[in-house]
Amino acid sequence: MDALAVAGLSFRYGRKEALKGVSFRVVPGEFCALLGPNGAGKSTLFALLTRLFVARQGRIAVMGQDLQQAPHAALAQMGVVFQQMTLDLDLSVARNLAYFGALHGLSRRESAARAQEVLERLDMAERAGERARDLNGGHRRRLEIARALMHRPRLLLLDEPTVGLDARARTAITTHVHALAREDGLAVLWATHLVDAVSPDDTVLILNHGEILQTGQARDLAPENGLARHFIALTEDVAA
Amino acid sequence: MSLYLRALSAILQREALRFLTQRERFLAALVRPLVWLLVFAAGFRAALGLSITPPYQTYITYEVYIVPGLVAMILLFNAMQSALSLVYDREMGSMRLLLTAPLPRWWLLFCKLLAGVLVSILQAYAFLAIAYAFGIRLPPMGYLWVLPALLVAGLMLGAVGLFLASTIRQLENFAGVMNFVIFPVFFLSTALYPLWRMAESSTLLRDICAWNPFTHAVELIRFALYLRLNAEALGWVALTFAVFLGLALWGFDPARGIMTRKTR
Repeated sequence: MDALAVAGLSFRYGRKEALKGVSFRVVPGEFCALLGPNGAGKSTLFALLTRLFVARQGRIAVMGQDLQQAPHAALAQMGVVFQQMTLDLDLSVARNLAYFGALHGLSRRESAARAQEVLERLDMAERAGERARDLNGGHRRRLEIARALMHRPRLLLLDEPTVGLDARARTAITTHVHALAREDGLAVLWATHLVDAVSPDDTVLILNHGEILQTGQARDLAPENGLARHFIALTEDVAA
Repeated sequence: MSLYLRALSAILQREALRFLTQRERFLAALVRPLVWLLVFAAGFRAALGLSITPPYQTYITYEVYIVPGLVAMILLFNAMQSALSLVYDREMGSMRLLLTAPLPRWWLLFCKLLAGVLVSILQAYAFLAIAYAFGIRLPPMGYLWVLPALLVAGLMLGAVGLFLASTIRQLENFAGVMNFVIFPVFFLSTALYPLWRMAESSTLLRDICAWNPFTHAVELIRFALYLRLNAEALGWVALTFAVFLGLALWGFDPARGIMTRKTR
Protein backbone atom coordinates (compact mmCIF):
# COMPACT_ATOMS: atom_id res chain seq x y z
CA MET A 1 0.00 0.00 0.00
CA ASP A 2 1.21 3.52 -0.77
CA ALA A 3 1.97 5.61 2.28
CA LEU A 4 1.01 8.68 0.29
CA ALA A 5 -0.85 8.80 -3.00
CA VAL A 6 -1.52 12.11 -4.68
CA ALA A 7 -3.51 12.17 -7.90
CA GLY A 8 -4.41 15.09 -10.16
CA LEU A 9 -4.03 17.69 -7.44
CA SER A 10 -4.69 21.28 -8.51
CA PHE A 11 -5.08 24.43 -6.47
CA ARG A 12 -5.64 28.11 -7.26
CA TYR A 13 -5.30 31.33 -5.31
CA GLY A 14 -7.89 33.37 -7.11
CA ARG A 15 -6.70 33.41 -10.73
CA LYS A 16 -3.21 32.22 -9.96
CA GLU A 17 -2.75 28.52 -10.42
CA ALA A 18 -0.44 27.26 -7.66
CA LEU A 19 -0.58 23.54 -8.42
CA LYS A 20 -1.43 21.97 -11.76
CA GLY A 21 -2.46 18.33 -11.76
CA VAL A 22 0.25 17.10 -9.41
CA SER A 23 0.45 13.30 -9.05
CA PHE A 24 2.97 11.12 -7.22
CA ARG A 25 3.28 8.29 -4.72
CA VAL A 26 5.52 7.59 -1.75
CA VAL A 27 5.83 4.02 -0.49
CA PRO A 28 6.83 2.86 3.03
CA GLY A 29 10.58 3.08 3.58
CA GLU A 30 11.06 5.55 0.75
CA PHE A 31 12.80 8.89 1.23
CA CYS A 32 11.26 11.20 -1.32
CA ALA A 33 12.80 14.65 -1.81
CA LEU A 34 10.46 17.25 -3.21
CA LEU A 35 12.82 19.72 -4.84
CA GLY A 36 11.65 23.07 -6.02
CA PRO A 37 12.84 26.67 -6.03
CA ASN A 38 11.08 29.26 -3.87
CA GLY A 39 7.55 29.79 -5.12
CA ALA A 40 7.38 26.42 -6.86
CA GLY A 41 4.28 25.37 -4.90
CA LYS A 42 5.90 23.24 -2.19
CA SER A 43 4.26 25.03 0.72
CA THR A 44 0.87 24.95 -0.98
CA LEU A 45 1.29 21.24 -1.54
CA PHE A 46 2.16 20.82 2.15
CA ALA A 47 -0.85 22.84 3.23
CA LEU A 48 -3.04 20.56 1.13
CA LEU A 49 -1.37 17.38 2.40
CA THR A 50 -1.88 18.48 6.01
CA ARG A 51 -5.45 19.64 5.33
CA LEU A 52 -4.80 23.26 6.23
CA PHE A 53 -6.27 23.86 2.79
CA VAL A 54 -8.80 21.65 1.11
CA ALA A 55 -8.14 20.54 -2.44
CA ARG A 56 -11.02 21.23 -4.78
CA GLN A 57 -9.51 19.12 -7.52
CA GLY A 58 -7.58 15.90 -7.13
CA ARG A 59 -7.22 13.27 -4.44
CA ILE A 60 -4.86 12.67 -1.53
CA ALA A 61 -4.71 9.35 0.34
CA VAL A 62 -2.54 8.49 3.34
CA MET A 63 -2.14 4.74 3.95
CA GLY A 64 -5.25 4.23 1.86
CA GLN A 65 -7.31 6.77 3.84
CA ASP A 66 -8.76 9.53 1.71
CA LEU A 67 -7.89 12.89 3.26
CA GLN A 68 -11.20 14.39 2.17
CA GLN A 69 -13.43 11.50 3.17
CA ALA A 70 -11.65 10.36 6.33
CA PRO A 71 -9.48 13.29 7.41
CA HIS A 72 -8.90 12.23 10.98
CA ALA A 73 -7.86 8.68 10.07
CA ALA A 74 -5.49 10.09 7.45
CA LEU A 75 -4.02 12.77 9.76
CA ALA A 76 -3.46 10.16 12.47
CA GLN A 77 -1.05 8.36 10.12
CA MET A 78 0.94 11.49 9.41
CA GLY A 79 3.74 13.28 11.26
CA VAL A 80 4.46 16.83 10.16
CA VAL A 81 7.40 19.21 10.56
CA PHE A 82 6.51 22.65 9.25
CA GLN A 83 8.91 25.16 7.81
CA GLN A 84 8.15 27.61 10.61
CA MET A 85 9.11 26.46 14.06
CA THR A 86 6.06 25.38 16.05
CA LEU A 87 7.52 24.55 19.45
CA ASP A 88 6.30 26.10 22.66
CA LEU A 89 9.56 27.67 23.73
CA ASP A 90 8.54 28.14 27.36
CA LEU A 91 7.83 24.44 27.82
CA SER A 92 10.43 21.75 28.37
CA VAL A 93 11.32 19.22 25.70
CA ALA A 94 9.30 16.56 27.55
CA ARG A 95 6.26 18.82 27.92
CA ASN A 96 6.32 19.75 24.25
CA LEU A 97 6.21 16.07 23.42
CA ALA A 98 3.53 15.31 26.00
CA TYR A 99 1.31 18.09 24.64
CA PHE A 100 1.51 16.72 21.14
CA GLY A 101 1.05 13.14 22.37
CA ALA A 102 -2.17 14.15 24.11
CA LEU A 103 -3.46 15.82 20.94
CA HIS A 104 -3.02 12.42 19.32
CA GLY A 105 -4.80 10.60 22.12
CA LEU A 106 -1.81 9.16 24.00
CA SER A 107 -2.21 8.61 27.74
CA ARG A 108 0.32 10.20 30.05
CA ARG A 109 2.11 6.87 30.54
CA GLU A 110 2.18 6.07 26.82
CA SER A 111 3.33 9.57 26.08
CA ALA A 112 6.24 9.38 28.54
CA ALA A 113 7.37 6.03 27.10
CA ARG A 114 7.12 7.29 23.51
CA ALA A 115 8.94 10.50 24.40
CA GLN A 116 11.82 8.50 25.82
CA GLU A 117 11.83 6.31 22.69
CA VAL A 118 11.82 9.14 20.14
CA LEU A 119 14.33 11.24 22.03
CA GLU A 120 16.72 8.29 22.15
CA ARG A 121 16.12 7.73 18.45
CA LEU A 122 17.23 11.29 17.76
CA ASP A 123 20.07 11.36 20.31
CA MET A 124 18.31 13.84 22.56
CA ALA A 125 17.39 11.70 25.57
CA GLU A 126 19.55 13.75 27.92
CA ARG A 127 17.75 16.96 26.97
CA ALA A 128 14.24 15.94 28.05
CA GLY A 129 14.20 18.39 30.95
CA GLU A 130 15.61 21.39 29.09
CA ARG A 131 13.42 24.26 27.99
CA ALA A 132 12.90 24.37 24.23
CA ARG A 133 14.10 27.98 24.33
CA ASP A 134 17.51 26.81 25.55
CA LEU A 135 18.08 24.45 22.61
CA ASN A 136 20.09 25.49 19.56
CA GLY A 137 18.47 25.59 16.12
CA GLY A 138 19.53 22.08 15.17
CA HIS A 139 18.21 20.53 18.37
CA ARG A 140 14.96 22.45 18.09
CA ARG A 141 14.47 20.90 14.67
CA ARG A 142 15.34 17.48 16.00
CA LEU A 143 12.80 18.00 18.76
CA GLU A 144 10.18 18.84 16.14
CA ILE A 145 11.00 15.64 14.29
CA ALA A 146 10.83 13.69 17.55
CA ARG A 147 7.45 15.27 18.22
CA ALA A 148 6.20 14.32 14.77
CA LEU A 149 7.11 10.69 15.54
CA MET A 150 5.31 10.53 18.91
CA HIS A 151 2.17 8.89 17.56
CA ARG A 152 4.16 6.45 15.37
CA PRO A 153 3.04 7.79 12.01
CA ARG A 154 3.61 5.86 8.79
CA LEU A 155 4.30 9.00 6.80
CA LEU A 156 6.59 11.87 7.78
CA LEU A 157 6.21 15.21 6.00
CA LEU A 158 8.96 17.80 6.39
CA ASP A 159 8.79 21.25 4.85
CA GLU A 160 12.24 22.82 4.48
CA PRO A 161 13.38 21.39 7.82
CA THR A 162 17.05 22.37 7.46
CA VAL A 163 16.67 25.97 6.33
CA GLY A 164 18.68 28.33 8.51
CA LEU A 165 20.80 25.59 10.08
CA ASP A 166 24.55 25.22 9.79
CA ALA A 167 26.08 22.41 7.72
CA ARG A 168 26.70 20.18 10.73
CA ALA A 169 23.14 20.42 12.00
CA ARG A 170 21.80 19.89 8.47
CA THR A 171 23.85 16.73 8.06
CA ALA A 172 22.78 15.39 11.46
CA ILE A 173 19.11 15.90 10.65
CA THR A 174 19.24 14.42 7.15
CA THR A 175 21.17 11.42 8.52
CA HIS A 176 18.56 10.85 11.22
CA VAL A 177 15.65 11.07 8.83
CA HIS A 178 17.28 8.79 6.28
CA ALA A 179 17.80 6.27 9.08
CA LEU A 180 14.12 6.51 10.03
CA ALA A 181 13.11 5.66 6.47
CA ARG A 182 15.65 2.88 6.07
CA GLU A 183 15.37 1.21 9.49
CA ASP A 184 11.80 1.89 10.56
CA GLY A 185 10.11 1.72 7.16
CA LEU A 186 8.82 5.25 7.49
CA ALA A 187 7.74 6.97 4.28
CA VAL A 188 9.32 10.42 4.11
CA LEU A 189 8.39 13.40 1.96
CA TRP A 190 11.04 16.07 2.41
CA ALA A 191 10.36 19.39 0.68
CA THR A 192 13.45 21.47 0.11
CA HIS A 193 15.30 23.74 -2.24
CA LEU A 194 18.62 22.55 -0.79
CA VAL A 195 19.97 19.72 -2.92
CA ASP A 196 22.50 18.62 -0.27
CA ALA A 197 19.72 16.90 1.68
CA VAL A 198 19.34 14.33 -1.11
CA SER A 199 21.21 11.00 -1.25
CA PRO A 200 21.77 9.10 -4.52
CA ASP A 201 19.23 6.42 -3.57
CA ASP A 202 16.46 8.87 -2.77
CA THR A 203 13.49 9.44 -4.98
CA VAL A 204 13.37 12.98 -6.30
CA LEU A 205 10.36 14.98 -7.44
CA ILE A 206 11.20 18.25 -9.12
CA LEU A 207 8.41 20.79 -8.78
CA ASN A 208 8.35 24.16 -10.49
CA HIS A 209 5.52 26.61 -11.19
CA GLY A 210 3.09 24.13 -9.67
CA GLU A 211 4.01 21.23 -11.95
CA ILE A 212 6.07 18.10 -11.44
CA LEU A 213 8.83 18.40 -14.04
CA GLN A 214 10.70 15.18 -13.34
CA THR A 215 10.62 12.22 -11.04
CA GLY A 216 13.04 9.36 -10.45
CA GLN A 217 15.98 8.24 -8.38
CA ALA A 218 18.54 10.95 -7.73
CA ARG A 219 21.39 8.91 -9.24
CA ASP A 220 19.41 8.36 -12.46
CA LEU A 221 18.23 11.93 -12.91
CA ALA A 222 21.68 13.48 -13.04
CA PRO A 223 24.40 10.87 -13.44
CA GLU A 224 26.95 13.25 -14.95
CA ASN A 225 26.41 16.84 -13.88
CA GLY A 226 25.25 16.21 -10.35
CA LEU A 227 21.79 16.85 -9.02
CA ALA A 228 22.39 20.48 -8.06
CA ARG A 229 23.38 21.50 -11.60
CA HIS A 230 20.61 19.43 -13.10
CA PHE A 231 18.05 21.01 -10.77
CA ILE A 232 19.19 24.55 -11.55
CA ALA A 233 19.31 23.93 -15.28
CA LEU A 234 15.89 22.33 -15.32
CA THR A 235 14.11 24.99 -13.30
CA GLU A 236 15.87 27.83 -15.14
CA ASP A 237 14.84 26.42 -18.52
CA VAL A 238 11.23 26.27 -17.48
CA ALA A 239 11.30 29.73 -15.92
CA ALA A 240 12.74 31.11 -19.14
CA MET B 1 -10.19 8.98 28.55
CA SER B 2 -11.29 9.64 24.99
CA LEU B 3 -9.18 11.35 22.38
CA TYR B 4 -11.42 14.42 22.70
CA LEU B 5 -10.95 14.75 26.44
CA ARG B 6 -7.21 14.15 26.22
CA ALA B 7 -6.89 16.97 23.73
CA LEU B 8 -9.02 19.22 25.94
CA SER B 9 -6.92 18.39 28.97
CA ALA B 10 -3.67 19.02 27.05
CA ILE B 11 -4.83 22.39 25.74
CA LEU B 12 -6.08 23.46 29.19
CA GLN B 13 -2.79 22.43 30.78
CA ARG B 14 -0.82 24.30 28.16
CA GLU B 15 -2.81 27.49 28.73
CA ALA B 16 -2.41 27.07 32.50
CA LEU B 17 1.36 26.72 32.11
CA ARG B 18 1.46 29.76 29.86
CA PHE B 19 -0.56 31.66 32.43
CA LEU B 20 1.88 30.71 35.17
CA THR B 21 4.88 31.76 33.10
CA GLN B 22 3.30 35.09 32.08
CA ARG B 23 2.62 36.68 35.48
CA GLU B 24 3.06 40.16 34.03
CA ARG B 25 0.06 39.57 31.79
CA PHE B 26 -2.00 38.54 34.80
CA LEU B 27 -1.03 41.64 36.76
CA ALA B 28 -1.58 43.94 33.78
CA ALA B 29 -5.06 42.54 33.31
CA LEU B 30 -5.88 43.37 36.93
CA VAL B 31 -4.47 46.88 36.90
CA ARG B 32 -6.96 48.17 34.33
CA PRO B 33 -10.19 47.39 36.25
CA LEU B 34 -8.59 48.33 39.55
CA VAL B 35 -7.78 51.80 38.21
CA TRP B 36 -11.40 52.15 37.15
CA LEU B 37 -12.60 50.99 40.54
CA LEU B 38 -10.22 52.87 42.78
CA VAL B 39 -9.74 56.06 40.81
CA PHE B 40 -12.61 56.60 38.38
CA ALA B 41 -15.41 55.20 40.53
CA ALA B 42 -14.14 56.92 43.67
CA GLY B 43 -14.09 60.24 41.83
CA PHE B 44 -17.61 59.82 40.51
CA ARG B 45 -19.04 58.50 43.74
CA ALA B 46 -20.69 61.76 44.74
CA ALA B 47 -21.97 62.59 41.28
CA LEU B 48 -23.35 59.17 40.38
CA GLY B 49 -25.46 57.81 43.16
CA LEU B 50 -27.82 55.04 42.11
CA SER B 51 -31.41 54.45 43.00
CA ILE B 52 -32.88 51.05 43.65
CA THR B 53 -32.95 49.07 40.42
CA PRO B 54 -32.92 45.31 40.04
CA PRO B 55 -31.05 43.32 41.19
CA TYR B 56 -30.22 45.79 43.96
CA GLN B 57 -32.60 45.98 46.89
CA THR B 58 -31.15 49.09 48.42
CA TYR B 59 -29.26 52.20 47.41
CA ILE B 60 -25.74 51.39 46.32
CA THR B 61 -22.57 53.35 45.79
CA TYR B 62 -21.14 53.79 42.34
CA GLU B 63 -18.19 51.50 43.17
CA VAL B 64 -20.59 48.68 43.89
CA TYR B 65 -22.48 49.38 40.68
CA ILE B 66 -19.50 49.16 38.36
CA VAL B 67 -17.96 45.96 39.80
CA PRO B 68 -19.92 43.62 37.46
CA GLY B 69 -18.99 45.82 34.50
CA LEU B 70 -15.35 45.68 35.45
CA VAL B 71 -15.50 41.91 35.84
CA ALA B 72 -16.97 41.76 32.34
CA MET B 73 -14.22 44.12 31.20
CA ILE B 74 -11.63 41.57 32.36
CA LEU B 75 -13.39 38.90 30.31
CA LEU B 76 -13.57 41.23 27.31
CA PHE B 77 -9.89 42.18 27.37
CA ASN B 78 -8.85 38.59 27.92
CA ALA B 79 -10.99 37.43 25.03
CA MET B 80 -9.27 39.95 22.77
CA GLN B 81 -5.88 38.98 24.18
CA SER B 82 -6.62 35.32 23.44
CA ALA B 83 -7.71 36.25 19.93
CA LEU B 84 -4.50 38.20 19.46
CA SER B 85 -2.43 35.22 20.57
CA LEU B 86 -4.41 33.07 18.15
CA VAL B 87 -3.51 35.40 15.28
CA TYR B 88 0.10 35.32 16.50
CA ASP B 89 0.07 31.51 16.68
CA ARG B 90 -1.29 31.37 13.16
CA GLU B 91 1.34 33.78 11.88
CA MET B 92 4.09 31.91 13.71
CA GLY B 93 2.86 28.48 12.67
CA SER B 94 1.97 26.83 15.98
CA MET B 95 -1.72 27.02 15.09
CA ARG B 96 -0.96 24.75 12.14
CA LEU B 97 0.32 22.09 14.47
CA LEU B 98 -2.90 22.17 16.47
CA LEU B 99 -5.06 22.02 13.36
CA THR B 100 -3.28 18.92 12.05
CA ALA B 101 -4.33 16.91 15.11
CA PRO B 102 -6.74 14.12 14.12
CA LEU B 103 -9.75 15.82 15.68
CA PRO B 104 -12.54 17.98 14.32
CA ARG B 105 -11.48 21.58 13.95
CA TRP B 106 -14.52 22.82 15.87
CA TRP B 107 -13.43 20.81 18.89
CA LEU B 108 -9.84 22.09 18.78
CA LEU B 109 -11.04 25.68 18.52
CA PHE B 110 -13.57 25.17 21.30
CA CYS B 111 -10.79 23.78 23.53
CA LYS B 112 -8.68 26.88 22.85
CA LEU B 113 -11.69 29.07 23.60
CA LEU B 114 -12.51 27.30 26.85
CA ALA B 115 -8.87 27.42 28.00
CA GLY B 116 -8.79 31.18 27.50
CA VAL B 117 -12.07 31.61 29.39
CA LEU B 118 -10.86 29.62 32.39
CA VAL B 119 -7.82 31.86 32.66
CA SER B 120 -10.12 34.91 32.49
CA ILE B 121 -12.27 33.53 35.27
CA LEU B 122 -9.25 33.20 37.54
CA GLN B 123 -8.46 36.84 36.87
CA ALA B 124 -12.05 37.86 37.53
CA TYR B 125 -11.95 36.16 40.93
CA ALA B 126 -8.63 37.79 41.73
CA PHE B 127 -10.24 41.16 40.95
CA LEU B 128 -13.27 40.38 43.13
CA ALA B 129 -10.95 39.45 45.99
CA ILE B 130 -9.08 42.75 45.70
CA ALA B 131 -12.37 44.65 45.47
CA TYR B 132 -13.47 42.88 48.66
CA ALA B 133 -10.27 43.99 50.34
CA PHE B 134 -11.18 47.57 49.39
CA GLY B 135 -14.59 47.28 51.01
CA ILE B 136 -16.84 46.20 48.11
CA ARG B 137 -19.14 43.70 49.78
CA LEU B 138 -21.28 41.37 47.69
CA PRO B 139 -23.56 38.57 48.94
CA PRO B 140 -21.21 35.72 49.95
CA MET B 141 -23.06 33.15 47.84
CA GLY B 142 -22.87 35.55 44.90
CA TYR B 143 -19.22 34.64 44.47
CA LEU B 144 -20.32 31.09 43.74
CA TRP B 145 -23.42 31.95 41.72
CA VAL B 146 -21.44 34.16 39.42
CA LEU B 147 -19.23 31.29 38.25
CA PRO B 148 -21.60 29.92 35.57
CA ALA B 149 -22.38 33.48 34.48
CA LEU B 150 -18.66 34.17 34.06
CA LEU B 151 -18.28 30.99 32.05
CA VAL B 152 -21.15 31.78 29.69
CA ALA B 153 -20.20 35.45 29.30
CA GLY B 154 -16.55 34.48 28.81
CA LEU B 155 -17.47 31.97 26.13
CA MET B 156 -19.52 34.58 24.31
CA LEU B 157 -16.74 37.15 24.36
CA GLY B 158 -14.18 34.48 23.48
CA ALA B 159 -16.28 33.46 20.49
CA VAL B 160 -16.35 37.09 19.31
CA GLY B 161 -12.55 37.14 19.63
CA LEU B 162 -12.25 33.86 17.77
CA PHE B 163 -14.37 35.25 14.98
CA LEU B 164 -12.19 38.36 14.76
CA ALA B 165 -9.08 36.17 14.72
CA SER B 166 -10.56 34.19 11.83
CA THR B 167 -11.14 37.32 9.76
CA ILE B 168 -7.92 39.21 10.36
CA ARG B 169 -5.00 38.33 8.18
CA GLN B 170 -2.13 40.13 9.79
CA LEU B 171 -1.03 40.61 13.34
CA GLU B 172 -0.43 44.32 12.93
CA ASN B 173 -4.06 44.88 11.91
CA PHE B 174 -5.32 43.29 15.05
CA ALA B 175 -4.35 46.05 17.47
CA GLY B 176 -6.49 48.54 15.53
CA VAL B 177 -9.42 46.19 15.43
CA MET B 178 -9.10 45.53 19.15
CA ASN B 179 -9.43 49.23 19.93
CA PHE B 180 -12.25 49.54 17.45
CA VAL B 181 -14.10 46.70 19.17
CA ILE B 182 -13.20 47.01 22.84
CA PHE B 183 -13.91 50.66 23.48
CA PRO B 184 -17.32 51.01 21.78
CA VAL B 185 -18.42 47.66 23.17
CA PHE B 186 -17.41 48.64 26.69
CA PHE B 187 -18.62 52.23 26.75
CA LEU B 188 -21.90 51.53 24.94
CA SER B 189 -23.04 49.12 27.60
CA THR B 190 -24.35 49.12 31.16
CA ALA B 191 -20.85 48.53 32.52
CA LEU B 192 -20.50 52.13 33.68
CA TYR B 193 -24.05 53.53 33.72
CA PRO B 194 -27.49 51.94 33.93
CA LEU B 195 -29.77 52.14 30.91
CA TRP B 196 -32.09 54.70 32.48
CA ARG B 197 -29.13 57.05 32.85
CA MET B 198 -28.33 56.56 29.17
CA ALA B 199 -31.95 57.29 28.27
CA GLU B 200 -31.73 60.61 30.09
CA SER B 201 -28.97 61.57 27.69
CA SER B 202 -30.31 60.05 24.46
CA THR B 203 -32.83 57.36 23.65
CA LEU B 204 -30.73 56.30 20.67
CA LEU B 205 -27.78 55.76 22.97
CA ARG B 206 -30.00 53.79 25.30
CA ASP B 207 -31.22 51.60 22.43
CA ILE B 208 -27.70 50.93 21.22
CA CYS B 209 -26.68 49.95 24.74
CA ALA B 210 -29.73 47.73 25.09
CA TRP B 211 -28.82 45.89 21.88
CA ASN B 212 -25.15 45.52 22.76
CA PRO B 213 -24.48 41.86 23.69
CA PHE B 214 -21.86 43.05 26.16
CA THR B 215 -24.64 44.79 28.12
CA HIS B 216 -26.32 41.42 28.50
CA ALA B 217 -23.07 39.83 29.63
CA VAL B 218 -22.69 42.57 32.26
CA GLU B 219 -26.28 42.17 33.42
CA LEU B 220 -25.98 38.40 33.58
CA ILE B 221 -22.96 38.80 35.85
CA ARG B 222 -24.61 41.58 37.89
CA PHE B 223 -27.73 39.53 38.59
CA ALA B 224 -25.73 36.38 39.34
CA LEU B 225 -23.62 38.26 41.90
CA TYR B 226 -26.91 39.01 43.69
CA LEU B 227 -28.13 35.41 43.41
CA ARG B 228 -30.59 36.10 40.62
CA LEU B 229 -30.90 34.78 37.10
CA ASN B 230 -31.50 37.29 34.34
CA ALA B 231 -33.06 34.94 31.80
CA GLU B 232 -33.25 37.56 29.05
CA ALA B 233 -29.55 38.35 29.40
CA LEU B 234 -28.71 34.65 29.42
CA GLY B 235 -30.71 34.13 26.24
CA TRP B 236 -28.97 36.99 24.44
CA VAL B 237 -25.54 35.87 25.60
CA ALA B 238 -26.18 32.28 24.53
CA LEU B 239 -27.50 33.40 21.15
CA THR B 240 -24.52 35.71 20.56
CA PHE B 241 -22.15 32.89 21.54
CA ALA B 242 -23.78 30.50 19.08
CA VAL B 243 -23.73 33.03 16.22
CA PHE B 244 -20.10 34.09 16.68
CA LEU B 245 -18.85 30.58 17.29
CA GLY B 246 -20.56 29.50 14.08
CA LEU B 247 -18.99 32.40 12.18
CA ALA B 248 -15.56 31.64 13.67
CA LEU B 249 -15.79 27.97 12.71
CA TRP B 250 -16.80 29.02 9.23
CA GLY B 251 -13.81 31.36 9.12
CA PHE B 252 -11.40 28.60 10.13
CA ASP B 253 -12.93 26.06 7.76
CA PRO B 254 -10.08 24.81 5.56
CA ALA B 255 -12.33 24.81 2.52
CA ARG B 256 -13.05 28.53 2.53
CA GLY B 257 -11.63 30.24 5.59
CA ILE B 258 -8.68 32.39 6.51
CA MET B 259 -6.11 29.62 6.31
CA THR B 260 -6.73 29.33 2.59
CA ARG B 261 -6.33 33.01 1.93
CA LYS B 262 -3.55 33.62 4.33
CA THR B 263 -0.44 31.81 3.28
CA ARG B 264 0.06 33.70 0.12
